[in-house]
Amino acid sequence: MYDAGKIIAGLVIFLVLVTSPMWYKAATGTKGEAPELKYVTESKVCVAETEYMKAFHMDLLNEWRDDVVRRDDRQYEGLEGKVYEKSLSRTCMSCHSNKDEFCDRCHDYAGVSVYCWDCHVEPAEVQ
Amino acid sequence: MNALLALFGVAILFVIAYLGVDVLGLHSLFGIVLPYAAIFLFLIGFVVRIFQWAKSPVPFRITTTSGQQKSLNFIKSNNLESPHNTTGVIGRMALEILFFRSLFRNTKAEVKENERIVYGPDKWLWAAALAFHWSFLIVFLRHYRFFAEPVPEFILKMQAVDGLFQVGTPIVFLTGLILLASVTFLFLRRVVLPQVRYISLLADYFALFVIMAIAISGLLMRHFYKVDIVGVKELAMTLVGFKPVVPEGIGFIFYVHLFFVCVLFAYFPFSKLMHLGGVFLSPTRNLANTNRIKRHINPWNYEVKTHTYEEYEDEFRDVMREAGLPLEKES
Amino acid sequence: MSDIAKKEDLAKVDLNPPKKDWMDPKVEFKKGTYNYGSNPGSMKYLGMPFVRKLDPTAEDWELPENWKEIILEGLRDRIKKYRSLRIFMDCCVRCGACADKCHFFIGSGDPKNMPVLRAELLRSVYRKDFTTAGKLLGKMAGARELTVDVLKEWFFYFYQCTECRRCSVFCPYGIDTAEITMMGRELLHLVGVGIDWITTPASNCFRTGNHLGIQPHGFKDSVDFAVDDLEDLTGIRVDAPVNKKGAEILFVVPSADYFGDPHYFGFLGYLALFHEIGLDYTFSSYASEGGNFGLFHSSEMMKRLNAKIYAEAKRLGVKWIIGGECGHMWRVLHQYMDTMNGPADFLEVPKSPITGTTFEHAKSTKMVHICEFTADLIYNNKVKLDKSRNDHWKVTFHDSCNTSRAMGLVEEPRYIINNVCNNFWDMPENTIKEQTFCCGSGSGLGTDENLEMRMRGGFPRANAVKFVHEKHGVNLLSCICAIDKATLPPLMEYWVPGVEVGAVHELVGNAIVMKGEKRTTDLRSQPYETEEPEAEAVKAEEAN
Repeated sequence: MYDAGKIIAGLVIFLVLVTSPMWYKAATGTKGEAPELKYVTESKVCVAETEYMKAFHMDLLNEWRDDVVRRDDRQYEGLEGKVYEKSLSRTCMSCHSNKDEFCDRCHDYAGVSVYCWDCHVEPAEVQ
Repeated sequence: MNALLALFGVAILFVIAYLGVDVLGLHSLFGIVLPYAAIFLFLIGFVVRIFQWAKSPVPFRITTTSGQQKSLNFIKSNNLESPHNTTGVIGRMALEILFFRSLFRNTKAEVKENERIVYGPDKWLWAAALAFHWSFLIVFLRHYRFFAEPVPEFILKMQAVDGLFQVGTPIVFLTGLILLASVTFLFLRRVVLPQVRYISLLADYFALFVIMAIAISGLLMRHFYKVDIVGVKELAMTLVGFKPVVPEGIGFIFYVHLFFVCVLFAYFPFSKLMHLGGVFLSPTRNLANTNRIKRHINPWNYEVKTHTYEEYEDEFRDVMREAGLPLEKES
Repeated sequence: MSDIAKKEDLAKVDLNPPKKDWMDPKVEFKKGTYNYGSNPGSMKYLGMPFVRKLDPTAEDWELPENWKEIILEGLRDRIKKYRSLRIFMDCCVRCGACADKCHFFIGSGDPKNMPVLRAELLRSVYRKDFTTAGKLLGKMAGARELTVDVLKEWFFYFYQCTECRRCSVFCPYGIDTAEITMMGRELLHLVGVGIDWITTPASNCFRTGNHLGIQPHGFKDSVDFAVDDLEDLTGIRVDAPVNKKGAEILFVVPSADYFGDPHYFGFLGYLALFHEIGLDYTFSSYASEGGNFGLFHSSEMMKRLNAKIYAEAKRLGVKWIIGGECGHMWRVLHQYMDTMNGPADFLEVPKSPITGTTFEHAKSTKMVHICEFTADLIYNNKVKLDKSRNDHWKVTFHDSCNTSRAMGLVEEPRYIINNVCNNFWDMPENTIKEQTFCCGSGSGLGTDENLEMRMRGGFPRANAVKFVHEKHGVNLLSCICAIDKATLPPLMEYWVPGVEVGAVHELVGNAIVMKGEKRTTDLRSQPYETEEPEAEAVKAEEAN
């Protein structure tokens, strides 16, 4: 007794599951490229290097939050000694005012949900 | 000794990744070639192994019954432990595969003074194995977010539950910690329990260390040496689309993580890890106890030399006649 | 018994393995722990290859020159034929769940008696010659060269496994060491290596129809003797036909039932029961053995010995078959017979002529277990039973390995016991039903020369009996297996003196009230315990 039918069916299901990203991509038709971010500011510098910001912005924001809320420490010395206010709404959002086209694009792409907006008011979009 | 050798092997793998990526800068090799090679080996190896198994028939119905058979109406049968139909088999297999039914039975025997043996329940192996496999599965599925755009809703829901406590930035996923803890436990019991240490082969430690390395590099990457996650997904998506491009600037730790995953995939079909497929095919579990209800066919059943009644009577005719036993032939 | 260590010493078992690696083969054939090699005459009769008298302790086993090729070719062949073997070779993760489930490991502490290592003995050779990793990495991948020492190790440990399948219940992949042991033994037989307590019974069975080599007239005499005995005990002369054509039912029992003690009392029980319900049945001198030592030898030998049952059923023109109390016999009847020697399309679906119950669960094989048959009779009130006739027994029940783990026949015997006696206690749950412990002497290992190993292997079973013996005063270990009945008595004598062994149908035979009977004793000629409980109570009071 071989049960060939059952084994092949099981194997096909397994292979389809393992290779499902391919089928999903074909079905949705998306290329899945990294999102284009829209910069609405003229400024060329951020509070830190882009590389650092890409990977560690969440740590920075967390630090800022704790400094401000728990230690009343509102000054941040950024690149080239420039001083910023530790504020999501007033510092970050002043350049990146377009949450939809800046924050959300990457977060959605990487499947990361953030809880910034549990407390902060979502900004009205600047067109 | 086996454990040290395996650890040494995994350390060498780490050095290879370090030299390849950090020193020689072979990003395409580690980001593209090896992942393709690994998944190729995995798929082909897996299919070949299953075919090897499938080619051998199951000549006899050798169910291990762990409960009451279905016989008389007034005796309650146990369809999950001694299945008498397909539903029962599916139930039994589901319990086995999803909840490790047989391991749950585990006991520990001890020989005491005064010629006494005692059996205590021993659920540690079951609990650790269950935690390990389930958390690994969820961790594996969570990675789907790098391979699908848009990210499917159920993956997001799963992440939300997994990160329920909202500790850390980014949020710590419980399954990541459980995976590392359980794989560590499984390693420790291998070295601490004398019986298990005695039977452990190098391959047993190697698999554990590779998985441990994957878990550790993953956790480090998520929480300490963070990398450009968008770049990671970009790479993954181009791999899926067969137009691979390695984005600039993904951190080294990512390549370490990926390399160990590749090792695991490539190693999988050639190792005991194939129990993933084997558990479905184990004849003592996946056959119903319907031996006397339905004839099981053995494809290689062949004629054998028997001692027929005629031969028997020919040899013993005289004594049979004397004993008054009926005969087929009088002489 | 005299030349074996005291139980206090034998029970000092250390379950912690030694520091040394297991992979270097080393076997010491110590007296009392192995079985003698096959008798050349029996080997020749069965047409086995490389006939010689094997002395396991000898340095030179006189193996054929190309023995290694033969074994590896045999392994290759079996991997192709048995998915079970292939998967069991590939899938084990060495989690160790099986380690302390084996009665031989618990009783001996020898780490190679852990089921996982027993399998590794074969698996290491499989890796060496059948897997890439093993070929390339050798010992690092857990692979071993097949050498004479490895072969000796196989012989030693595959004959220290009773194929009881307890480990298989605990294995997360259902890896069944019985399957591995069976393959290992088959491979050994290919180069003429076997044990005599399997080969000679198989040869006897092939020739005369039963393991003991009893010829037809001897068989007839035994049955007649039992009929006489039963008449002496009950005053009733029963009819016990042999080779009767046209009977409704063929009744096949293990040969020990009509020769062994205490099996014999169970045999009397069958006769009394069948007489009382007026069953139209017959024994067969040709199929005078249900047990099958071929199972312990090779699948081919199993088939050769088993073939006579259907053949005889056909010749005698019976409608269906009942099988007596026997463990491994039922492994063959339940899991192999129909596949090997069926289809039994010349028989009818078994239907009890007394109760009208159709045994649907045996509709293909057409063979019903005596306990199923009797339980159905009792349920339908077809027999009059006087439980008090078994009041001198405080009973526990030993599930045999094969009826519990290969059939799931668990409640039928308990149903019967509860209906024929007043005092029944089960042993602790880790030691009964699907978790039952082997008698330690199954699968052809019940020899005198192997006594120490039998006492060790039976230690877990005896230990559980001792528990109910001390707690409830149990004095009868009932069972439904011929090997049990032969080997549990010495085991009890060694570990738990004061506990007798008996057939379930002995209890039935005691309890059954036969029309016109004149009985004052049980089937063992012991007086019933009619007045005694009171007498004991008086004594106890006096003592106070």
